[in-house]
Amino acid sequence: MISTSVPSIQETASVDTPLWFVDQQAEARKEFKIIPQPARTDELWRYSSIKNLEIEGYGIAGEFLSDPAKVIGNRKLDRPAGRLIFANDRLVSEEIFRSDLLAKGLIFTSLLHALGQHSTLLQKHFMAQPVELGSSKFAALHKSTVSAGTFLHVPRGLVVDEPFEVFHLVDGDRAAIFPHTLIITDEVSSAILVEHFLSANDEQAAFVCGVNDLVLNPGSQLTYVSVQDWSRSTASVHVNSTVVQRDASALNLALNFGGKYSRLESVSRMIGQGARSDMLALSIAQGDQEFDQRTLQSHLQPNTTSDLLYKNALYDRARTIFSGLIKVQPGAHRTDAYQKVRNLMLSDEAEANSLPGLEILADDVRCTHGATSGQIEAEELFYLKSRGISDETSKALIVRGFLDEVVGRLKHKNLTDFLYSEIESHLRG
Amino acid sequence: MSTAITSIDIDRGIGDFFYELTPSRDAGVGLTEATIDYITDVKGEPDWIRDFRKNAYRVFNNKPLPTHWAGDELKEIDFDKIRYYLASGEAPKRTWDEVPDQIKKTFERLGIPESERKFLAGVEAQFDSEAVYSNIKKAVSDQGVVFMGSTDGLKERPDLFRKWFGKVIPTGDNKFSALNSAVFSGGSFIYVPPGVKVKHPLQAYFRINAENFGQFERTLIIADEGSEVMYMEGCTAPKFTTATLHSAVVELVALPGAKIQYVTVQNWAPNVFNLVTKRGLAMEGSEIKWIDCNIGSRLTMKYPGVILKGRKARGEVISIALAGDGQHQDTGAKMVHAADETTSNIVSKSISVGKGRATYRGLVHVPKHLKGCKNNTECDALLINSTSRTDTYPAITVRGTGNSTQHEASVSQISAEQIFYMQQRGLSEGQAMSLAVNGFVNDLVRQFPMEYSVELKRLIDLEMEGSVG
Repeated sequence: MISTSVPSIQETASVDTPLWFVDQQAEARKEFKIIPQPARTDELWRYSSIKNLEIEGYGIAGEFLSDPAKVIGNRKLDRPAGRLIFANDRLVSEEIFRSDLLAKGLIFTSLLHALGQHSTLLQKHFMAQPVELGSSKFAALHKSTVSAGTFLHVPRGLVVDEPFEVFHLVDGDRAAIFPHTLIITDEVSSAILVEHFLSANDEQAAFVCGVNDLVLNPGSQLTYVSVQDWSRSTASVHVNSTVVQRDASALNLALNFGGKYSRLESVSRMIGQGARSDMLALSIAQGDQEFDQRTLQSHLQPNTTSDLLYKNALYDRARTIFSGLIKVQPGAHRTDAYQKVRNLMLSDEAEANSLPGLEILADDVRCTHGATSGQIEAEELFYLKSRGISDETSKALIVRGFLDEVVGRLKHKNLTDFLYSEIESHLRG
Repeated sequence: MSTAITSIDIDRGIGDFFYELTPSRDAGVGLTEATIDYITDVKGEPDWIRDFRKNAYRVFNNKPLPTHWAGDELKEIDFDKIRYYLASGEAPKRTWDEVPDQIKKTFERLGIPESERKFLAGVEAQFDSEAVYSNIKKAVSDQGVVFMGSTDGLKERPDLFRKWFGKVIPTGDNKFSALNSAVFSGGSFIYVPPGVKVKHPLQAYFRINAENFGQFERTLIIADEGSEVMYMEGCTAPKFTTATLHSAVVELVALPGAKIQYVTVQNWAPNVFNLVTKRGLAMEGSEIKWIDCNIGSRLTMKYPGVILKGRKARGEVISIALAGDGQHQDTGAKMVHAADETTSNIVSKSISVGKGRATYRGLVHVPKHLKGCKNNTECDALLINSTSRTDTYPAITVRGTGNSTQHEASVSQISAEQIFYMQQRGLSEGQAMSLAVNGFVNDLVRQFPMEYSVELKRLIDLEMEGSVG
């Protein structure tokens, strides 16, 4: 059991670790023990291969034996505003390329450092959102154990065009890590953050339990991109929560490539008028991979918008689960909410499960959702073949075209080029 | 609609009447093994049915309420306060003259004029749990069609009945199918011989007419190779103060090339829990179509399904739900593809009025290694008031290539512009609303048999007119 061997944060953190945090961790440890392991009969775990989430046998990640630079390779962004690298939950590199931003009050640092320096701000936002999509046990585990992560605070009015970049690397068999991300954008500010999740070794089975909280104050804009490429034997749970205030606009894009079983829970709460959230994801599922994606678009105020687009390309015996819910609370009139999931079946043994849901408790709303599953049509291959393109190449092209639409929703050229190349490197053909 | 429309309620007056009846057979309140023995004895059923019922009773007791996905409203059902069997204890009537006057009166208020009967092939009118009136037109029986109460079916035609009874919907399918299997009485048994196309729709009206009395009818329809049949059921019930339970099981079997259409207009009183299991088994090249309209009841949970077992079988569910104040219409469809080139289509439209809640719950399953399966699902919801609620919970599983599924759903309201346009041309707000709502469901209503679509339009008009102004 992880909980028994957890080095509590005081051992690793500076003496500045605030008391509230120590208390919260102790509380979370109790919660973790009380909350039962999810079961498949649980509606929020329908179709999930829950057995992958038995944490027995994993231990807190120890020393990082590989070379972080080699693990990262050429995956770094071209010109980031700053970069943090965590290896086995320990900060190994901290770089700020736009030091002018710090002078303007921007904070981009590790969670531990922030706990010491910005305790009040953290106390207000640290895991303050409810976990609604089933992983409360894992959120409690994360809370009780977390020691590594990113804190990005963009002050009022500051617009940063270059993306911030964070790497989380894991090394060691049966190693567990708990990456955390907290981003706060103040009024009318704007920022982009890209997170990379990588394994040092393809053979090692790790357990990842991550949480990221995005807090958007009125009129601000935030783009959050995660590129998940864990080893094919890793089990992971990532819990995302996005809170969007008046006239703010969030965009969350997840690229899912790795892992054996990867669960991604993503919640957007539109809590101010004019709030908007774009929720995007693409997955290339191969071998025996399972991607378990659960989403909630919660509209709590009138005149809010959410737009979800999830695309899955399924090869081999891969499984995907998409369970999404648009929830329009009473009084949230003039809501615009969209939800679209597309599955491209590329093998006879792949399985796609779609559960697109709506709960509408207000009128005067526009909500649509759609879910489709289909395959590459013979006509498409014929068309390309008649132009001299082999079936293999055609398939890769079609899959690429299918997935690129998701990335196309981003308006940041440097970033989209990087993401296209990430997709390219995971495509077959 | 931003306009304040406070209470829209359907004119329940249509089914709001009640005549005193003294049932001559009564199994008392609550459910025990003795209740089952009583039912079996009274009905003079063979022992295999007694065993079947008792086994189902055990399954029912062991199954939990499905509250992990369904609402907590189910907990309000007090199974110990329900009457599980009630009948006049007489053999089903053959001619209209033999039907008791009191009962005739009720039917007249229901709007089944005698003149209409000649258009109906046979009226299997179920009053309480026994078929009170059963008249099959000569034309139908001449074709060799078997149309009788299910109790008669199991006694008189065990050769046909036993082969399929409980095979499409096993006892343990869910708690309420188990309950029905334990205490069923009434319902229809239909067998259509090979190649016979039944011209006239077969029709049954059901009513609940004793307080706290649940109705557990059991219907089995078998359409043999290449035959065609349409079956219609419509329900209205008088109002009562305490909740009653209706829990039917309907099984359809379409043998190769057969076509079955099953039409339901459900208009139970707003205190009825209507928890119904309906499923069809479609063999090669056959077609099963459920046309389902839910207007009444307090809570309806009903997801007609088709198991597409033979190549090129086709399943279809057309569903309309109207949820008024205090009502929850939890409806949907299930399509299980189990053979190549099977196709299914689900079209669902719901309207939520006042504090009403309409839910679509669907399941589409395309297992491994099938080719050429197609599913299309469309769900549209219309919200009339700001307190109205609608939900959509589909579940779609697809394995392999060569199949395609698509699901689309939308939620909207009647635009103020539409209403304004119509009011400008002299319609009242109520008329305008009614016209808009009728327009919303029009393409589905047209698929209903004529008398039903007229009745539906009238019901929507009533609902909307009573609501505004």
